[in-house]
Amino acid sequence: MSLIREQTAAIRPPRALWVPFMLGRPFGAPNEPDFQRGVLLALLTLFERASGPVLEDFPEDAPESHARERDFVCPVSFAAAIVEEGDLAGAMRLEIAQLAPWYDLAVRRRGRTTVGISGMAVEEAASQVAAYLDGAPRPPAVPGISAGVALKRACDDLKAYYYEAAAAQPGNLSPIAIDNWFWRETAAAKALLAIREICLQSADESLKPLGGLGLIPRFVTDGMKVARPEQH
Amino acid sequence: MARLSDFSESEKRHHLDKIRDLPDFGPTPFVKGPRLGARRVAIVTTSGLHVHGDRPFQVGSADYRVIPGSAAAGSLRMSHVSVNFDRSGFQEDVNVVFPLDRLREVAAGGGVGSISDFHYSFMGAAPIRSLEPKARELASLLKRDRVDAVLLTPV
Repeated sequence: MSLIREQTAAIRPPRALWVPFMLGRPFGAPNEPDFQRGVLLALLTLFERASGPVLEDFPEDAPESHARERDFVCPVSFAAAIVEEGDLAGAMRLEIAQLAPWYDLAVRRRGRTTVGISGMAVEEAASQVAAYLDGAPRPPAVPGISAGVALKRACDDLKAYYYEAAAAQPGNLSPIAIDNWFWRETAAAKALLAIREICLQSADESLKPLGGLGLIPRFVTDGMKVARPEQH
Repeated sequence: MARLSDFSESEKRHHLDKIRDLPDFGPTPFVKGPRLGARRVAIVTTSGLHVHGDRPFQVGSADYRVIPGSAAAGSLRMSHVSVNFDRSGFQEDVNVVFPLDRLREVAAGGGVGSISDFHYSFMGAAPIRSLEPKARELASLLKRDRVDAVLLTPV
């Protein structure tokens, strides 16, 4: 299966199906079982080809199940004043507390969460991040991993918490709307940007990857604005 | 929207640079196999999925994790190191990345012969040649499991 057609054409695998979906969604869209099954069947059908290589294009774009908001203003009132005072860690903790009912709802509704790769509760992951902002980093909570790996996992959990909470709020938000909200509006995003700078300056080799592309998506570093085209 | 024309200039350059840096894989092998309805199917994803409690992936990880066919959706985590793809779809529905429920439906309808007891996950941001030793190991394991159709799915 191919998401970047040009790469697959260069590799020339025996059988490949290119799909025109956004990166991260190779089977099109969540909660669209019929569409996902159609993609899967198109993929499986390639096994019946008698000669190749085959690089076929899936003919449909991913479905848009409901009207979706491109821009999203989270009704939870974030502590912009606290951020202005420079207390990013405090603002982040406040956000986490304010988002908790929505995160809990997301977990109940989905019956699962993707938060948890750091091995810590999100509050603890936030504390791990905050300790770097305060200039007093803590050793990894999980033994046997580097400071950089521990910090990366804490940051990923933090972000997953925000995204899951935002998706539970009314409005059936598009992925771009959630990106826009997170990277434009939250103290957590500001914290991640600050962490990147700290990692860039750090002498700890394990933190260096986080000063590159390890924390901040390319569409954010490209001029600090979220301007990706919508899937539809 | 995974069309290069939809990406920013730097994203486009990133993906095109990967092509420039590809090794030569030689001629494309091509084999025919049994009819689809008689095949045993496994999924090998490069999405960095793993069962909660298994070792998460990290920068440079070139090994794989085993995902039992019985793994519940709620037990799956994604520790792919890249931040340059959407995760909200996976957070909402595992099948948008790892379509095991859809594969079960197809198998129940006789569309494929059977589903492997085990599926596998790599973390696709590793240097491409670094994945080869474990990929070869995995190919042997899949053969031993009588798998004759592998879906290699990206993220």
